[in-house]
Amino acid sequence: MSVRHALLALLSEGPKYGLQLRQEFEARTGEVWPLNVGQVYTTLQRLERDGLVESEGKGEGPGKGYRITGAGRDELGEWLRTPPDEDGPPRDELLIKVLVAAHAPGVDVHEVIQAHRHWLVEVMQRYTAVKAGAGPEDVAIALVVDAELFRLEGAVRWLDTADMRLRQHRPQVPAVAPQDGRDRSVAGAEL
Amino acid sequence: MSELVERTRNTGAALELRLVSRVYGDGATTVHALRDVDLAVERGELVAVMGPSGSGKSTLLTIAGTLEEATEGEVLIEGASVGAMSSGERARLRRRSLGFVFQDFNLLAGLTAAENVSMPLELDGMRARDARGAASTALAQLGIEDLADRFPDDLSGGERQRVAIARAIVGERSLLLADEPTGALDSVNGEAVMRLLREACHRGAAGVVVTHEAHMASWADRVVFLRDGQVIDHTSPPERPESLLGSVPQP
Repeated sequence: MSVRHALLALLSEGPKYGLQLRQEFEARTGEVWPLNVGQVYTTLQRLERDGLVESEGKGEGPGKGYRITGAGRDELGEWLRTPPDEDGPPRDELLIKVLVAAHAPGVDVHEVIQAHRHWLVEVMQRYTAVKAGAGPEDVAIALVVDAELFRLEGAVRWLDTADMRLRQHRPQVPAVAPQDGRDRSVAGAEL
Repeated sequence: MSELVERTRNTGAALELRLVSRVYGDGATTVHALRDVDLAVERGELVAVMGPSGSGKSTLLTIAGTLEEATEGEVLIEGASVGAMSSGERARLRRRSLGFVFQDFNLLAGLTAAENVSMPLELDGMRARDARGAASTALAQLGIEDLADRFPDDLSGGERQRVAIARAIVGERSLLLADEPTGALDSVNGEAVMRLLREACHRGAAGVVVTHEAHMASWADRVVFLRDGQVIDHTSPPERPESLLGSVPQP
């Protein structure tokens, strides 16, 4: 989520003051995403430098108002339609850990999978508690929390599937292990 | 005397499974559906049970619901040992204290929503008028009193499951047992069902919900993981939501 584009979106509704932008940003993300004042002003300065917003009034800080420019509207429209970067580091890290655990001697890969499943489900419980406390009519909170929940659930489903696959077929150990009768010193060193 | 003490001792839990095992068949075809399961569910608490197919989730629920007997171990409901009850006593316990919710709703098509909800009480011998009053209360608690006179065929899946939950909570039941209650519903209706179950438990019932969907399980206060008939792990109740806010990455 880009603060830059979120501020452009808020300004597309009409001119606003810096402090107001911060409050509206937090309200619309269900206050799950706190912003500090510094972040808001730094971002606004950059947007102004790039010609995407214009400031009004002479004041500094809270007294200064901002409006979106034509270039700002174009930028917002383009950003809204651009697919997000799907780098997904948590899942990739999980994948590496499970692959390593599947091959590592003396490691129960199913125990490793359960440790991650446990952790992910607990995080999901915490997010759901936020949604439960907010009530079904608080759509902003529900949208923010759902996005996170479905991402986490994807990881849990992947773990469930990995768990089952690894029960049916243990992965083949790559043929880099020392062969019988040669290079025993390396085999000994691994122990 | 010791048996009497055992039967009436208040464990504090609405449901307690003590080293419960369930074995089907014998010899070469023996299947251990549950092995030494220990589980206590307090009033006010919703527990989710997760696990792959064949892990024993449904067996756990039918044993907790007194529909099936444990091969070994002890099941206590409201502190009373189910194994020590006659089948008549167990049937009465099911009618009065237990509420069941199923994936496919199991409503009777020829009865209105209100009649479906009041039926368990009428079967238990309550006067029709009182039973209907209790049904109205249950429907109102779930915010669906306007569905009272509709027939199941005229209701959406989400509405049917809300009526089924009303039937499960009618008359102050202490233990709610739900088997994949969101399995036939979309996410938003499934969430509404989980919210209602959670609220019913937080009003004072104990609940066990079997599900394979993590986002539905996350409505529970605790999630228990079953594998090959054994409880392998469980989560803790979530910390207060405030603690979450600080841990969310900054944009």
